[in-house]
Amino acid sequence: MSPRRQRLLLVALSLSGLALSAWLVLSAFQKNLVFFLTPSQIQAGEAPKGRSFRLGGLVEPSSLARMENGLVATFVVTDQLHRVTVHYKGLLPDLFKEGKGVVAQGHMGPSGLFLADEVLAKHDENYMPPQVGKALARQGQHGTAPIDPHAKDFLP
Amino acid sequence: MTPANLGHHALLLAWSVSLALGLLPLWAAQRSVPSGMKLARPLALVQSLLIFTSFACLLWSLGVNDFSVAYVAAHSNSTLPLYYRLAAAWGGHEGSLLLWVFILQLWTSLLVWRSPHWPADTLARVLAVLGLISFGFVSFILFTSDPFQLLAEPVSDGADLNPLLQDAGMIFHPPMLYMGYVGFAITFALAIAALLGPEPDRSWAAWARPWALAAWAFLTGGILLGSFWAYYELGWGGWWFWDAVENASFMPWLVGTALIHSLTATAQREVFKSWSVLLCIVAFSLSLLGTFLVRSGVVTSVHAFASDPARGQFILALLVIVVGGSLSLYAWRAPAWRERQGFSWFSREAALLINNLFLLVAAGSVLLGTLYPLAVEALDMGRISVGPPYFEAVFVPLMLPLLVLLGLGPMLVWKQADKPSVKRRGAQAAAISFLLTLGAALATQSSPLMTLGLLTGIWMLVCTAQLVARQVLGTTTPLSSPKRWTMRAAPRAFWGMVLAHTGMALFVMSVTLLKGLEHSQDQVLKVGNNVQLGAYQFQLTQVEPVAGPNYRAAQARVEVSRHGQVEALLFPQRRLYTVRNMPMTEAAIDRSLLRDLYVSLGEPGPDGQWAMRLQVKPFMSWIWLSCLAMACGGALAATDRRAAKPASSRAQASLQDAQGASITSSTAAA
Repeated sequence: MSPRRQRLLLVALSLSGLALSAWLVLSAFQKNLVFFLTPSQIQAGEAPKGRSFRLGGLVEPSSLARMENGLVATFVVTDQLHRVTVHYKGLLPDLFKEGKGVVAQGHMGPSGLFLADEVLAKHDENYMPPQVGKALARQGQHGTAPIDPHAKDFLP
Repeated sequence: MTPANLGHHALLLAWSVSLALGLLPLWAAQRSVPSGMKLARPLALVQSLLIFTSFACLLWSLGVNDFSVAYVAAHSNSTLPLYYRLAAAWGGHEGSLLLWVFILQLWTSLLVWRSPHWPADTLARVLAVLGLISFGFVSFILFTSDPFQLLAEPVSDGADLNPLLQDAGMIFHPPMLYMGYVGFAITFALAIAALLGPEPDRSWAAWARPWALAAWAFLTGGILLGSFWAYYELGWGGWWFWDAVENASFMPWLVGTALIHSLTATAQREVFKSWSVLLCIVAFSLSLLGTFLVRSGVVTSVHAFASDPARGQFILALLVIVVGGSLSLYAWRAPAWRERQGFSWFSREAALLINNLFLLVAAGSVLLGTLYPLAVEALDMGRISVGPPYFEAVFVPLMLPLLVLLGLGPMLVWKQADKPSVKRRGAQAAAISFLLTLGAALATQSSPLMTLGLLTGIWMLVCTAQLVARQVLGTTTPLSSPKRWTMRAAPRAFWGMVLAHTGMALFVMSVTLLKGLEHSQDQVLKVGNNVQLGAYQFQLTQVEPVAGPNYRAAQARVEVSRHGQVEALLFPQRRLYTVRNMPMTEAAIDRSLLRDLYVSLGEPGPDGQWAMRLQVKPFMSWIWLSCLAMACGGALAATDRRAAKPASSRAQASLQDAQGASITSSTAAA
């Protein structure tokens, strides 16, 4: 095969590969993007209907309650402006603590209850979700450095 | 002079020497001044020695608990055992950067030692580029992150190493991973040398290949160790999370895999020259991007230390200079190079080309999934995350054709493969694979998807076995001759490939079996309660308090039995590290070749209840063993002496056999 035809084929092959992967990536993206919201945004009706998203905030002090056999927990996530009650079945992460930052992934249930499939806590006692930090700053309180909520630090 | 003081001054000296190394020999090579080029080796050695001294000083300060040094005070503690105190050298931001530079110097001095037969101008350019990289990183250390900074008032004891990092994994995982990342600096320097000097040829690729293989083997080992560590230390049984930090090491791995295959083609047939050079640049750029992602605080994780934006900006600037500079150079010089060798579409070249395309597209999709959330956030378009479902949806369909090709590719010879012979071999391998898969699927009652995974793995295994059989049995030497049975008949590169491909096959099979057959259950248990999980019965028999050197813990005793016979006793702990008041789950694992039993202890509930996660993970050990096989395969191929020398036509022919070509066709040609 001549180098010229070879190059042409190479280009054709690369283009079709790129097209295929672009299609794969975009369709997977559409299905699997997860948005991050604060309780205030949920209050404002920004929660996506019928798909999973992440809720971030602080666990309200003394809001944690365990039900049934102790494996189901409910707690309130707050950004100091609004509150959302979270319902979760499973083990809570090591660093889950009242008054500390938390991120929960799941969807809104029928009665304004957030049904979580996964709860993540940060491996740093000074953590505060950034939006919460901003919300607190607006109220004249000081939050600590904003940190990314979708990192490994949030360990299940 | 304290060690910290000495270390700081050695670093300053190394900084100026690396600048001299980066400029003088490079200038001399461009002007063909032999005396200037000769400076490269001594300058590189002096620079390396200075950095070694500096790193040794940091280790010394940690070893003797010199808490007047800010870094030591922040990352170590006098109650820590000596090995963790030393490992704390890379437990923080400043130290881990010094480790980066230290490892760059290890590679540089290895290069000075191993490359006497390279032309003087190539060696001068390569060492100069390494000097410039070193200059960039040492500047970064000196201006933003000096590990030898002294405290105004020394403290009596340090703040301790993060408990999560107090583990054997901490001692081995970071240096190993960095050996991989930084190893790609050598091939990068070779690529720049080719862009600044004569057009790359077969010998250029033959020089680059062992270095690429060595870096790749280390990277594989580093990722393996990280994953292995996460599996037992994070406490919940996961081993790959598709998070940004893992992706940062996975992208250079994918491109490095493409690179070692492309370099083989360039070294053998002088095809894909400019492509190989581009891959050298991309692999190192992704290594730098990994360093940036992990160390800048853009993503926060156990790995990220920096919260100072100046640091992130410095790495970003370095990244832009390296990537932008080398790609511009490439755009300027590479188009003038000509490919002189043609090949048919039914040839090994073509198979390697398709392999490269798939690997690059896969790396691109990981890059997109990793950077897209960061870009969206930087542009203030809200916050999103891209989780495992995305990567799995993209990755599996992209990898399947590549894995099928992995079996087929080595059957093809260079330039033009013989269709009937390949068809015959392929059909034979396919028939055996289908039969074996049928058996395996019936035995495990697997789902269609699982069967597909098994088929892919078995196909790769059968094809590789066929290759070995042909290599060992397919020669014309009579059966009675002892020579016939020596494994030496093929060079190490061949056995390296066999080992790595076998590893890949076993990896695919073990992941398939694990995902298809694993059991996991969260349960609240009281002492005396039991849970049935698959064939195993877990019984909580006791919970008692225990105390460690720097933690307190509750320890459970779990009896696991199968068919009424006790098979394992597990002691998971829930620890509280007292210095930082940090709770941690310490899982208990019983490993065997067929399954891991994994128990983690969660929170205590009311009246003596304990939340627990119980897991049965079949074939888990095979995941580690198969990755180890890949790393060893890479290392074996890297030490192939024939691969490192410029190929003579004779060596060429035997290497060609070595890399799995059909023996019959090449002996016929001879």
